[in-house]
Amino acid sequence: MIIFDDVSVTYADSTRPVLSHVNLQIPEGELVLVVGRTGSGKSTLLRCVNGLVPHFTGGTLSGRVTVAGRDTRTHPPRELADVVGIVPQDPMSGFVTDIVEDELAYGMESLGLSSDLMRRRVEETLDLLGLAHLRNRSLMSLSGGERQRVAIGAVLTTHPSVLVLDEPTSALDPGAAEEVLAALQRLVHDLGVTVLLAEHRLERVVQYADRVIVVPGDGMPILVGTPDHIMIDAPVAPPVVELGRLAGWSPLPLSVRDARRAAGPLRERLAPLVDDAARRSRSTMHVIAGTPALSLSDVSVRHGQVHALRGINVAVDKGEIVAVMGRNGAGKSTLLGTLVGLHTPGSGSASVGGSAPSSLKGRSLIRRVGLVPQEPTHLLVADSVGEECRATDHDCNLTPGTTRTALDRLAPGVSDDMHPRDLSEGQRLALALAVVLAADPPVLLLDEPTRGLDYAAKKQLVSTLRSLAAEGRCVLLATHDVELVAEVATRVLVLADGEIVADGPVTDVVMGSPMFAPQISKVLSPQPWLTVAEVAAALEPAS
Amino acid sequence: MNRRSAHILGEKAAPRWTHPGAWWVWALGLATAASRTTNPLLLALLIAVAGWVVSRRRPDAPWARSYAVFLRLGLAVIAIRVGFAVLLGSGIGTHVIVTLPELPLPSWAAGVSIGGPITAEELLTALYQGAVLAAMLACIGAANSLASPTRLLASVPAALYEVGVAVIVAMSFAPQLVADVSRVRTARRLRGRSDRGIRALAGSAMPVLEGALERAIDLAAAMDSRGYGRVGAASAQTRLIARILLLVALMGICVGVYALLDGGTPGALALPLLALGCIAAITAMLLAGRRTARSRYRPDPWALPEWLVSASGVVAGAVFVVTSMIDPIALTGPTAPPAWPALPLLPVVALMIAALPGLVTPLPPGSRAFRGASAGESSAGESSASERTTREEVPA
Repeated sequence: MIIFDDVSVTYADSTRPVLSHVNLQIPEGELVLVVGRTGSGKSTLLRCVNGLVPHFTGGTLSGRVTVAGRDTRTHPPRELADVVGIVPQDPMSGFVTDIVEDELAYGMESLGLSSDLMRRRVEETLDLLGLAHLRNRSLMSLSGGERQRVAIGAVLTTHPSVLVLDEPTSALDPGAAEEVLAALQRLVHDLGVTVLLAEHRLERVVQYADRVIVVPGDGMPILVGTPDHIMIDAPVAPPVVELGRLAGWSPLPLSVRDARRAAGPLRERLAPLVDDAARRSRSTMHVIAGTPALSLSDVSVRHGQVHALRGINVAVDKGEIVAVMGRNGAGKSTLLGTLVGLHTPGSGSASVGGSAPSSLKGRSLIRRVGLVPQEPTHLLVADSVGEECRATDHDCNLTPGTTRTALDRLAPGVSDDMHPRDLSEGQRLALALAVVLAADPPVLLLDEPTRGLDYAAKKQLVSTLRSLAAEGRCVLLATHDVELVAEVATRVLVLADGEIVADGPVTDVVMGSPMFAPQISKVLSPQPWLTVAEVAAALEPAS
Repeated sequence: MNRRSAHILGEKAAPRWTHPGAWWVWALGLATAASRTTNPLLLALLIAVAGWVVSRRRPDAPWARSYAVFLRLGLAVIAIRVGFAVLLGSGIGTHVIVTLPELPLPSWAAGVSIGGPITAEELLTALYQGAVLAAMLACIGAANSLASPTRLLASVPAALYEVGVAVIVAMSFAPQLVADVSRVRTARRLRGRSDRGIRALAGSAMPVLEGALERAIDLAAAMDSRGYGRVGAASAQTRLIARILLLVALMGICVGVYALLDGGTPGALALPLLALGCIAAITAMLLAGRRTARSRYRPDPWALPEWLVSASGVVAGAVFVVTSMIDPIALTGPTAPPAWPALPLLPVVALMIAALPGLVTPLPPGSRAFRGASAGESSAGESSASERTTREEVPA
């Protein structure tokens, strides 16, 4: 279906190729997962498939890409629109119309399909992706997960034989991600659609993949193989695979189900160690009881007709790392926004370090609380890293170079003259963190920090957050990433419909939930293990 | 009205979008009416009629708020017009209200005076002329509120499609720019900088423009990937002819509409030009229709409500045009001497007819009014005869 014949891509402003001598054949009806670090060329590989590279991006492509017998050299993206559907990383950037239903129909209108057929396919797609209740909604008013589903639906309606998705589940809550992946699998199985998708969250997708393509970056040769084959020595792997490696299982499990079937003996070995682990529970690690670092009492926030938060009561101590979870649109971002005064509570009161955040301004705000928004670039204003650091030093009255040093501690080796947009996701997050931490706020809020992060960057983030908590800061993170929560959080808040439905230590909240339980917990339940590291630490003295 | 039509018209009908073209015909008819009268009572009534229809049939969408914006614009026009009359008054008329100190001007500026006596005649004339413009703006605002701009463009024939897309992109630009500005202001707050003042504005201009440019490129890539601009079957020659015809059509229609709205141009010129424009447009569309392989998803039908809406606008416009020819006094706001204006019967009836769309059109999907109405309908246990009831899910 898709053939890459000795393909190399070099962008106009660089001397080194992004992809070099890629040879690849993807047969019809295969689900292929593309993995690799940010900036390794994954997106370039995906955008080659429908000719956006080089027709749109510029640069030089040598070799030949053929899709369904059409050469992308002679066929620009619009002439491939009936065979290839491509969903960009940020769904909002791909929307052409303003209403959900019209967006679903747009591609079909371009292809000139008959109106009966269009009507039927729109209805089918609305049902397939659970969008029926949103059909007349404006695209601007949708939550992240809803947008992602509309973006996928919008390319599905043309029934392309190849579907290309760039991180389709990174913005979704676990439930919505499962739905999207289930829909993709149905397409592959029932309609023989070829799916090519890039994803950092291997734990979500690797079990569905027929083959995995590893793009190592820097123009090094790509690696192609079946998932269990690739996972044996992949530097990045989902927790079940790591558990499999630790326990020496063969074949390596890729899904929770496989792992659970192999885990009987491991559970027996771990059973006597449970109490020991509970004693070392992380929930009491650095928590400094006393005046809470932040508190919300009976806070309600409305956006127009929507009640985003209703009657929220919560207090967080210094040294705690609290994960705020809940489905898309549950009010997580509003909760964080209220704590930095972006939203003023309609009733009740918010307090951060003793004052109401909506009354704070300028330095007095950033000295009390810092927020890293979902898109770290939104925080950055300068056009180079060095400029950004200098501006921050100036803003916070610091000696020149302080922010730069902090950045080096978080992510070494970021050059001063780089544009923030050219950084990898991990480096960008580090820069935003350095900027926010420059004012030394005792309360740090992060909105969806692991979106787009690879495993290495995530590890770095985990250790950063832990050391911040150890310094006595209080960290609040809104996230969908259950593995991150298992790794780092001491407490979990679950929001639904603007209300707190669960609040407690990670193990208590996460264990019972099929949605929020991390993979290890699913494999080893009812024992309270959450991460591979915990299991390894428990096994160490025993062996 | 038989039972079947009762389900096509008004709030009992299944909610659907009324054809945006019908709203525009209605609004232009009203605007024509407004252009033919300076009678303040009629103008006020006209603005009220437009506002009433908007309040009854406005959908729940961001662009639906434009009526208020246009109304405010109209008030600004009146204020400016009156302000100029006060400042540059020529003192025509006998009813002097107040005499401002006159600014001595050099001899070469003879004929212009700043300050001086202000007469009631002059003020009223300025007020009425401003009100005409305000009423016309209100009509345009009403059309903007009632007819979704994208749906209007979706009804635009294939020949105009490229132009239409450019307009869509431009229109999506504005709300996103607003979103960008608020995003940048949020960032400034999080960085501990002030979010007001000139410096803040300068500091946010760059990121906002950068973001806008990036999105434009993304949008172009997305449209290309989804098949926009696929080459159809027509030859290059046909395409060229279609384009030329289209230009002629646009010019004809523009000049025709202008001539119709401007009372000074003879009607004998306006109608033929408009007709010529329409004929050229139809030919161009037929020619270009062969060119693109595009199809249309759920085009808005042109049914009885659309006929009634456009007819009510045309009737209102026609009554005012005819009245202005046979009985111009009735439509004129008396300024010399200042007097309470009369309220002529026929134009008032015409305006009442123009209010009809507020009753006969189906409710737009997703509006709050519709939710209330449908709840009432289901409690009354009445079944709708329409096949379109599934269009909007009724919240429980």
